[in-house]
Order: sequence, then structure tokens, then C-alpha cells
Amino acid sequence: MARTTTEKPKATAMGSRMKRTEDPRLITGSSTYVDDIKLAGMLYVTFVRSVHANANIVSVNTEAAKASAGVVEVLTGKDVSHLIGSVPCAAAIPGLKFPKQPVLAVDTVRFVGEPVVAIVASDRYAGRDAADLVEIEYEPLPAAVDVEAAMKPDSPKVHPQFENNIAFTFPFPQKGGGDIEKAFAGAYKIVTQRMVNQRLAPIAMECRAVAAQYNAGEESITLWSSTQIPHLMRTQVAIMLGVPENRVRVITPEVGGGFGSKLNVYREEALLAYLARKLGRPVKWAETRRENIVGTIHGRAQVNEVELAVKKDGTVVGLRCKVIADLGAYHQLLTPAIPTLTGLMLSGPYKIPAVRMDLVGVFTNKTATDAYRGAGRPEATYLLERMMDRVAQELGMDPVAVRRKNFVKPKEFPYATATGLSYDSGNYQKALEQALENAGYEKLRKEQARLRKQGRYLGIGLSTYVEICALGPSAAMPAGGWESATVRIAPTGKVTILSGASPHGQGQETSFTQIACDRLGVSPGDVVVVHGDTAVVQYGIGTFGSRATAVGGTAVWMCLEQIREKAKKFAAATLKAKPEEIVIHGATYSVKGKPKVQTSFQSIALAAYTAKILPKGETPGLEATAFFEPTNFTFPFGTHVAVVEVDGETGEIQCRRYVAVDDCGKVINPLLVDGQVQGGIAQAMGQALWEEVVYDENGQILTGSLMDYAIPRAAYLPRFETSRTETPTNVNPMGVKGVGEAGTIGCTPAIVNAVVDALSPFGVKHIEMPLRPEKVWRVIHQGRAIA
Amino acid sequence: MIPSKFDYVVARSLDQALQLLGKHGTDAKILSGGHSLIPLMKFRLATPSVVVDVGRLSDLRFIREEEEDIVVGGLATHHMLESSALLLEKAPVLSMAAARVGDVQVRNRGTIGGSLVHADPAADLPAAVLALNARIKVVGAGGEREIPADRFFVGMLESAVRPDEILTEVRVRKSDVGNGAAYLKVPQPASGFAVVGIATTLSWAGGTCAGIRIGVTGVGQKPYRAAEVESRLMRTSLDGEALRSACARTAEGVDVLSDIHASAEYRKELAAIYTRRCVEAAAARARG
Repeated sequence: MARTTTEKPKATAMGSRMKRTEDPRLITGSSTYVDDIKLAGMLYVTFVRSVHANANIVSVNTEAAKASAGVVEVLTGKDVSHLIGSVPCAAAIPGLKFPKQPVLAVDTVRFVGEPVVAIVASDRYAGRDAADLVEIEYEPLPAAVDVEAAMKPDSPKVHPQFENNIAFTFPFPQKGGGDIEKAFAGAYKIVTQRMVNQRLAPIAMECRAVAAQYNAGEESITLWSSTQIPHLMRTQVAIMLGVPENRVRVITPEVGGGFGSKLNVYREEALLAYLARKLGRPVKWAETRRENIVGTIHGRAQVNEVELAVKKDGTVVGLRCKVIADLGAYHQLLTPAIPTLTGLMLSGPYKIPAVRMDLVGVFTNKTATDAYRGAGRPEATYLLERMMDRVAQELGMDPVAVRRKNFVKPKEFPYATATGLSYDSGNYQKALEQALENAGYEKLRKEQARLRKQGRYLGIGLSTYVEICALGPSAAMPAGGWESATVRIAPTGKVTILSGASPHGQGQETSFTQIACDRLGVSPGDVVVVHGDTAVVQYGIGTFGSRATAVGGTAVWMCLEQIREKAKKFAAATLKAKPEEIVIHGATYSVKGKPKVQTSFQSIALAAYTAKILPKGETPGLEATAFFEPTNFTFPFGTHVAVVEVDGETGEIQCRRYVAVDDCGKVINPLLVDGQVQGGIAQAMGQALWEEVVYDENGQILTGSLMDYAIPRAAYLPRFETSRTETPTNVNPMGVKGVGEAGTIGCTPAIVNAVVDALSPFGVKHIEMPLRPEKVWRVIHQGRAIA
Repeated sequence: MIPSKFDYVVARSLDQALQLLGKHGTDAKILSGGHSLIPLMKFRLATPSVVVDVGRLSDLRFIREEEEDIVVGGLATHHMLESSALLLEKAPVLSMAAARVGDVQVRNRGTIGGSLVHADPAADLPAAVLALNARIKVVGAGGEREIPADRFFVGMLESAVRPDEILTEVRVRKSDVGNGAAYLKVPQPASGFAVVGIATTLSWAGGTCAGIRIGVTGVGQKPYRAAEVESRLMRTSLDGEALRSACARTAEGVDVLSDIHASAEYRKELAAIYTRRCVEAAAARARG
């Protein structure tokens, strides 16, 4: 019998603001994170970490710790590090120096926070008590802390086996890039600026956590990890331990955010898997926030020296930059690859015929840097958008006019950049115009002039960005850029989606459910989305690079199309028609021209499994698996406008308004997109105004807790005035581009541009992030002194 | 939170709490709202062997008016202070300062007694009790005593309360409240503590300043009264260059704190600017 769904399709169709299906369990605290997992006989791991940035380990005395109550095992680097492979790095850069990263430090420590001793105890308290009893004698060495000083020949070496701290040099693009010499030789003006993209800590709400169990009978290891990449983790941990990959199962339960910091394989994962096997008991470790700030990767950390060659009318003819990337002490999974992404995006939304980046990656005695929300692209957008304002300043033009002058035009897509990319689609002018209108740009400029007469400093800042999303074609990715899905229909018509993209807060359970509701006419309650268990889900890549919907969602879409095709055949067999005569309306399958001759998706599902009538050449069952390989990246874009007021006496900054117009192509769920944009803007404002990992000259961290590392609070932020334009992509059938990093990429320069604009009466050209009030106060004073 | 091992005792009476303090001496710590002690224990900067929870001594959780004094019990929460109609009318600077403490969760749990005894050099309430010339009543085995606010804060994280004493009341003379008050603060963006916090109470009468007290937090090793500024502002009209030059002395003679959020030089400047703004705001209220 035909059964229609109880919910109106409107509420769930693609494009509607369906509420997140994840939220009830998150809000009520009934979901399971790694640290919620408790197994019989479980032991707890505590790490003793280096207190020095660079030191030789003279001796480690663990006797007192071993004798401490509740302690089961105490291991040093000498005990284990030769038994477990080095932490992996997937970045392929010619001539890259690759120091081995042991699971526990052996003879030397290279950064504050490096794990030296692992204690396994009956509970966390016993472990922590024992940690205080471990005696480590260090011979402290001078540390390479400042990245530019670390490049010099007389710098202390991070790794004495190498002749210097230069891990790699990378001229970009490797081929093409236009005639940079000619562009600069013929320029009307060369605008230069040095800027620092400071080191940030990702600070996911849930710190990292790992649990492991050895199943002796099956000789297999189950590893629970708060990660963005369960399948890649399985492969890498199996390699590190030298066990067959099919005897490692990685489970990623609820993950409380990652922002790239969990797009990695860390020492702790391999070590806990090892410990579970060695001790024959389950083990668990949950990072404290203080460990998180030193033991989990950092982001950004670039010094940029930029030159822009321009014509008199503001046309940019060339961009040249030196990028110094502060890598930290070791390579994590993508450490050296991240700053190369900066090069890719140096053309931004502009037609810049010649682009050249000279990138140098430098070891320092600090925590490794790696992907952090945006991962190389915010750095590109920041330097480019700061430079566009510098050009406007130098030529006496309005920042809007400079941008309009240089935009790629809507008719010019697909557009080939000098950096070697092909932009899929865009309408940069439209987003700009909408943002200017929403902000009331002309009125704001008048208000600015009026307030200046009263000694008040209003600033208006613009950022017109384009980003690279939906990573990506496999040829351009270190470990495959496709994504997988399986859609399994139960005999009752219930839908299970297995996705290789393992979301960690984005809401893909909702968006994938919505795609299924749209394509199959089922209700959200009929759909379950499963991810993050390598024993259940087919191999997948993971969630990062704004890819889960555009790549992972497309794999789901492909499965649903296959299922619809097969369902049509079963419908045709039941209704005694040809498959091509079947018309689908929601969950109803009817014969073309005879709407009363119909069956339902649910009836078809049952028929597919009872298999009494098999369509010719068909097999029973209703299930599909698809691997989607994208042919290109996608290129979302937008315009952000920040309005700030600077206190001329104290340098304090208040962001009065924030207007964002983003274009991420087709939108499946506007609610999720708004959430991503707002969260991204908040994080970007964090970089512009408050956040910075600060080390002293000895490599000691001065921002080792959230009492000193300032993340944005809701009360610090203005209301975000967000809206969208919609320019679909043809890279995937749904026309979606990706939005996870847009806010982080678009916003940072808008804030800094606004503050510099506010201070233009003082002759200010640039201020380094974060824009601490004291810095602003100093430049105002300098400006006043000069005036 | 992974503190070192400790015993936890719920005090059922003030006497019992005092006995426990007498017995354990400096090994014991009083837990009230927990928002100063718990973070210290979490980082193992405090490792008491006994934690005496006085949180259920509800007799100490009050705000009341007596004939000459406004009296606040040691267990009154920041939320009680910020929302008390009595304080808002009769000693508003305490409400203003309490409203700027931490976040909602901290204000719901944290108490005036805990905050004052902890004596954080950047806490908000010390500035307010200094500006109110409050007396802080403590009870110990040897009986009660009252400590004037300006002798209460002894040094960095050090108050005049002895290890065997408990803060029971904060008393403010109605005659000390004045007719204008303000609390202004530059919060440290990570911790929310004051980079500079200025509390002012003043009496405005006959077109002149007839009395003024300025409590300063966040600037030095301990919260303090800006006595030099106060005396220069007496019997002035609280404006113009006189105000500006007086307030410039807010951090004079003080060992000014310096950290990544504000150097000593900048803090000193902020203290001057915010003292001026705070006096202006208080004066504006006094003038109506």
C-alpha cells in the first residue's frame, strides 16, 4: 500500500532551513564523546611533557613514579620510541628535510609540551600524582624561537643533524606565473608592506582524546579518537605499529570541533594503541586544555613581505611576495603543505597577470603548525586584501574602486589564474554591490567624516575574498581528494547513509538527511547518517577543506540517483510499465499519464528485498555505493564590510557593525550555512583582535591557558548582518561550493582594514595582528607626534 | 580538573568551620563559590589537604540595611550584588563592580567573601569596597575583628585575613556612600579580569567635590586607593585640566603590573584615562 510521508516536503527540501538533527542529543548531553567511553579494566594515561624549548635529556628517573599508588606502567622514549614508527607527514615537497618524530622524546626535546614520559595508572589522579614524581634532568640549550632569527646561520639549530633550520624552499608557481620581472619593471608604482600572520591555537571546544582496546582473540586493535580523518588514521596507525590495517578499527564518536587540528595523526594515537596491546587492558587519555595549547598543532605563523606592482589607475599588474613559514619543531601530517596553499590563492578575485611567491619553511623550537580553519588561504586573503587597501591609500583611491578595477568579470569564467587554478564560477561585483548596499557604504563614509570633526575615529573596512573549497581533485591532494558514500535502504524503506566524510560539528547528518529527503521523499526521521567507524563505513577521506558537502554530499547524491534508478525498475516491474515511464513525485512512483497507477518508495523497498518480482537483469536489494572524484576545486567568494570605532585616547576597538555577503553556490540548508559563516567570522575576529600564541625569547609559552590566550566571546561580537548571493558551480551536480572556512578567510582583513582606515588621520599604514589596544594606542601616539 | 588529593568537609555551622580551620591550619582552605580556589587547585597551585565548604552556611548569604550600615554577608554572590535593589539604590558602586565580574556562571557562584579574601590584584570587587571605605568583618577562634578596606589588601593574592579566620560581613557606612558613583573597567580579553578597574564614590555639594574615594584594581600588586588623586580633587569642580592632571597621578608611586596584554607604561596611561572617565561618570550621576 502506498504510504505518504507525514511531513510536508517543503520543510525538508534542499534549500530549506531544517533544524539540525544532531542538536537534541548534543543539547541534552546524551551523545558520546571519546572521554565518555568507559571500558572494564580501563587504565588512564598521563604524559610528562618537556618544560624546555630545546634541551638534551641527561637522565630520566621513573622509580618513584613507578612505586606511586595506582601506577601500572611508566614508559620513556628509550622504552618505546624504537618500537613505533615516526609520526607521518603526507606533504610531498622536493628536498624537504624530514626529522623523525618519535612517540616519546628520546635524547632531546624540541619544544615546550613535547611528551617525554607516559604514565599508565588506574585513574587520572594517580597518573597526575605520579607525573609529579618523575625526575627528568635536562641540559637546556639555546632555542630557535623567532622565525626570522632561526633562518640565520648563527641560530641555534632545532635539529643538529641538519646544517640549518631551513626545512625547505619552494618557489611558486613551479611553472607559469606570468612575467613577474616585466610587470615590476613597467609599474607606475610598487606598493610594499611587510606583515605578520600570527601563530594561533585552534582551541576546539573538545580537546583531543584517544582510547584504545586490544582484542586478543582477534588480534585486533580498536582505537577511539576525536579526529577528522578516521580512515587515514587507521592506515597510518597500522603503519606506525606495523600491524595489518584490517586489524585496526578506528571509531570516531561525537567530535566537538576540530578546525583542522584533528586533521592529523599524533603521537598519542599510536602510543595508546601500543599500550593497549602491551598491557592487554583498555587505555584512555583526554587532553587537558593546557596540554591542548602546546601539544596540538598551531595555525598560521607566517611572515609576509609583499610587493604589488600597479598602474596609475589602480590596475594590479604583478604580485611578488616572500613568505616565511614558521613550521615549529616537527612536521605533522600537512605542516609543510599548508603555506603552499597560500601561493595558490594569491590572485584572489583579481586579474593579476604575474604572481610569484618565494616560500621558505623554517624549523623553530615551538609546537608544529598545520591546518587551521582556512589553512594557508586566510593568509593569502589577508595579505592581498591588506595590499588592496594599501594601493588605495598610496594612489588616493577609494578601496572599493581599486577592487572593482581589478575584479575578474562574470563573463570571464572559467578563469585561469596566474597561480595555475581554474576558477569555476563567480560574480564578485554582485556580492560587492550587495554588501555595500547592506552596509550603506556612502552613508558610512559621510558619518566617518562627520565624526572625525568631533575627534571620533570611525573606520570602514572591506574584504573581497575568493577561497578554494571542496578539496579536491585527487591529483592535487596528498592522500586522495575523492569522497565516498553508501546509501542502504532497509526493507521498511528506512534510509541509512554511510559517509566517508567524518563531520565534527558541521551538521552533515542534517544536510545529508535533507538530500535524502529531497531525492527519496522520505521524512528526516526515516534517515540515519552513520560516519566515523572504519568497521562500518567504506573507506573515506574525511572532513576538512570545506569539502564534506561538495564532495561527500555529492557521493551521497550519486548513491541516491542510483537508488532512484533501481527503484524505478522495481516500480515498473510492479506496475507493469517500462522504467522510463515511471515518474517520481516525492516517495510516489507512478506511471506517466496514469497518476493513479502508483506505488510507494517504501513498497518498492520491500519488493526489492522479498524479490518475488525481479526486474530483468536486476539483483535483489536496494543499496548503492559511490566514490566521487571531483574534476576541480570550487571557488566560493564574497564581500565583508566591518565598521569599527577606535577610542582615540586608549586605542580600544569596538566593532559596531559587521556585514557579510557570501556566495557558496547552491545552499542545501541556509541555517547550517549561517552557522558556518557566523562561527567563521567569530574566529577570524579572534585572529584580528585578540588571539596570539606568544612565546618568550627562551621558547616558553606565555599564553599557556585560556586565562591568557584570548578567544572571542559572544559578548565581544556585534550582530552579524549576513546574506548571500548564489552562483552555482558546475563541478558537482548539486551546484554546491562549500562554506566551512569562508568566514575565517573573509573577515580578518576586513577588521584590520577598518581599524587602519579609522586611524588614517594619523598616517597609519599598517598594524600587526592581533590589534591589541596597546599597539593601536602606540601608533596613534606616533601619528600625533609626527603631526 | 585533576587536583591533588584532599578531604572535603561540608561545614554545618560557622563554629564547625572555624574548628576545622583551627585544627588543620594552613593545610585547610575555605571553599565558598569556588571560583578562585578551584582554578588554583586545578593547576595544583593550591594543594590543600582539607577543603572546608562553607557554601551551605546560608546565614552568611544576605544583603541588609541597618541603622548606620549597609551589610553584605560573606556568601552573597556577585549576582545578588548586581541585582540587589537595596545596593542599587544605596551603594550602587558595589552592584556596578559585581556586574563586571567574569560571566554569568561566575557571578551565580562566586561570592564577595571569596573574592575579597583571594585578593586577586585584578579582581573587581576590591576596587568597590575601597571606594566605599568598607569595613570587612572576620571571625576567628580569637573572636571578631573589623578590617578597614584600605588595610585589607596586603599584597599579591594576600589579604589581612589570617588562615584561621573567615570573612563574615562587609559593612558600609551610609555616610560613606556619597551621591555619585561609577565603576569602569578595561577587561583582559582572555580572563575577564581588570587590566584597569576604577571605582569612584563622591559627594557633590554646592558645586564642588565635598568628598571622593577612588579604588584602583588591575594596576598594581594589590588593589589600592588613589589617595593623591583624591586629595587633589577635593573642593574642585571635577573637570578640565585640574581633573586631567590629578588623574594622571593614579598610578604614581605604584609598582605597575606588566604583561602581554598591557605594558606598565600603557597600564599607567589607561589608569589615568579611566580614572578621569570614572570620576566624570560619578560626578555626572551626582549632579543628576
